[in-house]
Amino acid sequence: MNGPFYCGIDVGSSYAKAVLLDGAGRVAADVVRRTGVAFEAVAEALRADLLAAVPGALGGIERTIATGYGRENVPFADGAVTELTCQALAGWHLFRRAVTVIDVGGQDTKVIVLGDDGRRLSFQMNRRCASGTGAFLEEMAARLDTTPAGLEALAERGHDAVALSSFCTVFAKSELLSLIRGGRSVEDIALGVYDAVVRRVVEMTPLHDGIVLTGGAARPGGVLVRRLEAALGRPVLVPEKPQLTGALGAALMAMRDGGAPV
Amino acid sequence: MPRLESTARLQALMLEAFRECDAAARAPQGRVAWCTSVGPVELLRALGFAVFFPENHAAMLGASRAATDLIPAASAEGYSPDVCSYMTSDIGAFRRGVTALSRVDPSITSVPRPDVLVYDTNQCRDVVDWFSFYGRQFGVPVIGVAAPRGVDAVTDDLVAAVASQIRGLVAPLEAIAGRRLDPGRLRDAVAISRDTSLLWRRVLSTGSARPSPLTFFDACIHMGPAVILRGDPRSAAYYEGLLAELEGRIARGVAAVPGERVRLYWEGMPIWGRLRDVSDLLARLGACVAGSTYCSSWVFDALDPAAPFDSMARASVELFITRTDAVKERVLADEARRYSVDGMVFHDAKTCPNNSNCRYGMPGRLAAGAGVPSVIVHSDLNDLRLHADEGVRLALEAFVEQCAEASP
Repeated sequence: MNGPFYCGIDVGSSYAKAVLLDGAGRVAADVVRRTGVAFEAVAEALRADLLAAVPGALGGIERTIATGYGRENVPFADGAVTELTCQALAGWHLFRRAVTVIDVGGQDTKVIVLGDDGRRLSFQMNRRCASGTGAFLEEMAARLDTTPAGLEALAERGHDAVALSSFCTVFAKSELLSLIRGGRSVEDIALGVYDAVVRRVVEMTPLHDGIVLTGGAARPGGVLVRRLEAALGRPVLVPEKPQLTGALGAALMAMRDGGAPV
Repeated sequence: MPRLESTARLQALMLEAFRECDAAARAPQGRVAWCTSVGPVELLRALGFAVFFPENHAAMLGASRAATDLIPAASAEGYSPDVCSYMTSDIGAFRRGVTALSRVDPSITSVPRPDVLVYDTNQCRDVVDWFSFYGRQFGVPVIGVAAPRGVDAVTDDLVAAVASQIRGLVAPLEAIAGRRLDPGRLRDAVAISRDTSLLWRRVLSTGSARPSPLTFFDACIHMGPAVILRGDPRSAAYYEGLLAELEGRIARGVAAVPGERVRLYWEGMPIWGRLRDVSDLLARLGACVAGSTYCSSWVFDALDPAAPFDSMARASVELFITRTDAVKERVLADEARRYSVDGMVFHDAKTCPNNSNCRYGMPGRLAAGAGVPSVIVHSDLNDLRLHADEGVRLALEAFVEQCAEASP
C-alpha cells in the first residue's frame, strides 16, 4: 500500500470508528471500539489499531480529520468537521448520485439530502427526543433484558409487529411493560421496536429514490433495513460497512484538504 | 469579536431606567404601569406613568440563566411548563422573591409595584394570563387590547377596531393616573417613538453591509432602549450614537465577526441563556447572523404624531408576529435578499409557538420559493431544560459547513 495516508476518526456517542485511506483513496484499514468516557484515549487507541493493521503507515499519515460528538477531543487531528458533512461526503463517494443519507446514530438520527453534484442541499435531525435513534434501540434492548444484537435476533423471529405509539423513550419502555403483561411475544415486541425507529425516520422529511441507510444499526440485510424498505416500498442502499461511513467521510475530507482528488 | 463602545452608555441608560421605575413605585405620587413590550406605551408615557416591561425582565432572567431554576415555582402553582417560559420564569421569580433587577442594581430588591397592567395580545394570549396573575397579586386593574391575529392585509377596519380599543383605555388610565390625557403630550410621545423606531431600523439595516458591523446577538442587547424607553427621548439619543458607531465601522470595514464568510438570518426568539455561547460558536465558524425578525419587531413604520391612536393601532396590527404565514413568507424572502444571507436559522422555541414560524412547513416553502436554505434549532427562549447544547451546536455547525460549501 502506498502513502501518503489519510485518517478519519469518528468519535460517536456509542462507538468510535476510524478509517485509514491510502494515497489512492482505498481503504487500508478500519477499526471500531466502544467510545466509553475517555474520548481522547479511545481516539489514541483507534490510531494505534490502524497502525497495527498497517505498519507502513507509521509516520506516513498526512492528515487526520475528526468527526462525531467527540470531534473536538482528538488531540492529533488536523481539523474537526461535523458528521453531517462527513456522511454527505461518504455518501457521494460510495454512490456518485443524488441520494438521501439516513444515518441512525447513537444519540441522533440525521437525514441528509445530496444533489446530483454531491453537494448537500439540506439536512434534518431528530428533535430533542431520543426515539428513532440507536440509543432507543439500546434502551429497548435493555428493557427486554438483551443486547442490541439480541434485540435484532429476536426481531428476526417476529411476525406480527406491535405498534409502539410513544415518541418518548421512557414512555415507550412503559409501553413495553404493558405489552409484556398483555401476553405479546417478545419477538413481535422486538420487531415493533424497529418499526418505531422507522416511523420516526420517515416522518423527518419526504423520502424519494436513492435512500442510503448508515449507522451501526443498519446491518446489510438486517431487520432495520428490511423494515425501512417495507415502509418505503422500495429498496434501500446500504454501504458494505454502514457503521464506518462517518469515519470514511472524515478520511475523505482529510484527503481533500490535503489536496488529493476525492 | 470587537466590542461596541456604545455598550457602556447602554448599560448606564438601562440602569437609569430601572432606577426610575423603582423610585416611582416607592414615591407616594408615583404611578407605575406594566406594559407588554409592543403595547400602547406612548399612551402611558403621555399620562405620566413610569413604565415597566415584564418581558424585558423575563429576558434578563433568561440571559442570566436564572430562569430555568425559577420556572418550577410557577409550575407548582399550576402554570404548565409548556406555556410561555417568559411568563413562568417571571412568576417563578416573583414567588421566590427575587428579581433580575438586583443584578443590575443590588439596591433594587423587587419589581416595581404596578398601579395598572396594560397588555396587547398582538404577540400572544399568554400575556393576559401573565398580567392577570399580577393583577390578582397586587389587586390592581388589568386592561388592554385584544389584537387581531393571522392578519393578511392590514385593513382600515382592523386598524379602526384596535384604535377603538386603545381609545377605550384612556378613561380607566386617566382615573389611575389622576390626570387627564394631554393630546399634545401623546403626540410628542408618538413622535419620539417614531424617531426611535426609525433610528433603530437604521441601526439594524447596517447589518446588510458586508461585512456586517453588528450581529443579531449584539442587536439583542442593544435593543433594550427600543423596548423599555420607547416614547422617551433618551432612546432616540442613544441610537443616534450607536448608529454613528456602526456607520464608522462600515466606513472602516470593521466586521462584527472577523473573517465573515457565511451570513445568516435568525428567525424567532433568542435562546437567552445561551446567547453568548451561540454567538461565540458562530463567530468561531466565521458566520455572522446579520439580521433577524425578532429585533425588527420594534420597528414601527406606521407611527404618526398627527394621528396617534390610529397610527399606534396600525403599528400594532402590522407587526410581523400577527401576520399570516403567507405574509411572513414574503417578509422572510425579502429579508433574506436585503441582508444577502446564505441561509436562515429557524429557532423552534418550545414554549413560544407564536414566535416559532417553522412549524407549518415554512422552511420548505422558503427553500422552494426563494431558494433560501435553512436549519431548525430546537430550544427555548428561557427554559434551558428544553435546550440541548450538543444538538444545537451540531445543527449550527453543520449548517454553516453546508452554507460555506454552497458559497461561490
